[in-house]
Amino acid sequence: MSENRLPNKKRGSTSMPRARIGALVMTLYLVFLLVPIYWLIIMSFKSNSEILSAFTLFPDNFTLKNYSTILTDPSWYMGYVNSFIYVSLNTVISLLVALPAAYAFSRYRFFGDNHLFFWLLTNRMAPPAVFALPFFQLYSSVSLFDTHIAVALAHCLFNVPLAVWILEGFMRGVPREIDETAFIDGYGFTRFFTKIFIPMIAPGIGVTAFFCFMFSWVELLLSRTLTSVDAKPITAIMTRTVSASGLDWGVLAAAGVLTIIPGAIVIYFVRNHIAKGFALGRV
Amino acid sequence: MEKTVNQRAWLLVLPVLVLVAFSSIIPMMTVVNYSFQDSFGENIFFWVGLEWYQELLRSERLWDALGRQLLFSFIILMIEIPLGILVALSMPKKGISASICLVLMSLPLLIPYNVVGTIWQVFGRADIGLLGRILSDLGISYNYSQNAFDAWVTVIIMDVWHWTSLVALLAYAGLRSIPKPYYQAAMIDQASRWSVFRYIELPKMRGVLMIAILLRFMDSFMIYTEPFVLTGGGPGNATTFLSIDLVKMALGQFDLGPAAAFSLMYFLVILLISYVFYTVMITIDKDEAKQ
Repeated sequence: MSENRLPNKKRGSTSMPRARIGALVMTLYLVFLLVPIYWLIIMSFKSNSEILSAFTLFPDNFTLKNYSTILTDPSWYMGYVNSFIYVSLNTVISLLVALPAAYAFSRYRFFGDNHLFFWLLTNRMAPPAVFALPFFQLYSSVSLFDTHIAVALAHCLFNVPLAVWILEGFMRGVPREIDETAFIDGYGFTRFFTKIFIPMIAPGIGVTAFFCFMFSWVELLLSRTLTSVDAKPITAIMTRTVSASGLDWGVLAAAGVLTIIPGAIVIYFVRNHIAKGFALGRV
Repeated sequence: MEKTVNQRAWLLVLPVLVLVAFSSIIPMMTVVNYSFQDSFGENIFFWVGLEWYQELLRSERLWDALGRQLLFSFIILMIEIPLGILVALSMPKKGISASICLVLMSLPLLIPYNVVGTIWQVFGRADIGLLGRILSDLGISYNYSQNAFDAWVTVIIMDVWHWTSLVALLAYAGLRSIPKPYYQAAMIDQASRWSVFRYIELPKMRGVLMIAILLRFMDSFMIYTEPFVLTGGGPGNATTFLSIDLVKMALGQFDLGPAAAFSLMYFLVILLISYVFYTVMITIDKDEAKQ
């Protein structure tokens, strides 16, 4: 890469190696991201009165009470289980239906393809507030109210279009010659798709899975509308920290810290798919 | 790379169509239905035609909120897209440091919206929050709940904090899927860093960037929970964005008609802007494909 730096030096624009600038940008960005999260974490170890009374960089009276409130009460911790069930269902369903569709959009022309492609995305464009009631009526009428699958299906409304769009972008980057060579070599469509094509777009699938998980995990309005007890998500349960006596900041912070963990595990598992570019010409 | 015409591709798309249409068409038609009617509770509805729409178009409050919303989304895009690309370019390419960066970067994305608002609500307070404390120690008067400008700055920084990683992750995945030979060819040509970015990386990232821009536009245009938790739309109406206005209307008047009409007009604005952007991007794509 040293050849690349020569012209830069001539112009005198920079004398620092590029890798060092990159590390600097990255460090500053991560500090910017993590300082508020640090604040969330120390809040979760403070009592409510300490949060509101004084400015402390570290909890004076370190307490685990906020966490024990959540982890000993089934009506709290079942929220995490419920959220995890419908989010996983949603991610699997979204990927399963979006993969073939994204392939069709990236490879073929067919009647109404461009309109359909854009229509998919329009489902993310409606402000959800007023749609809550019709959603409730719809899912009650097919007797799915307060089930995990209801929330998973409802979240498909915004996750499937997203999955199709992201995957299509990655698939378009795969040269068509790879498909053609595979078909000439005698691969059937299904075998080609699962054995050759899917491994090639693994980074795209990793990113898509993460985004589906993430958007479904933090969504509040639809999941709250479609559940009452059995499938109530953690984001909805969290709103109960607002009571007559004001907000219980400590418990809310602890609940917030706990909601980050599952997603962080997911991103840890898909990180290699995101980081690894696909090797061109593997066929 | 001309695509081949194949009507059987519809079979591959059909599951998506059925699944999305199930949750999309019936609720949408119900809202359309509300928007032309007046309700007096107890499921009694009166047909009022376009009355709600006419009333809304005359409402100054709505135009103010729309103006604020457009400005907000514009600022958000102007900050988050370049910053996201910069972060993606700066990220380590592989190894443990890349993994750590990816996990840490995605943390803000995983925090529920109401908690995001709460974090910044505390974080920005001068008496108990780090940001507010530092600013007041520096002698900068800062109070997001009293001063409209401070409230705006806080909402924008909060959104940049929350969502820039989304742009960065998409751009990073786009960068990683650029085949090595492109870079090798650039090295042989002694291309400068800028021209590698301008002529290789940026065109190859166009697909993911289009998604990133559309997503950030739509979501920032519908932002609700975070500013609502932070400031409740205040001070005054300073951070009353469209959706905050919409919910105020829906809850305040116990009448679905005007709120439904508002939702649909809101939807149409997002649709129109996204469609124009999408069409422009597709046209650029086609022009470049011809060359």
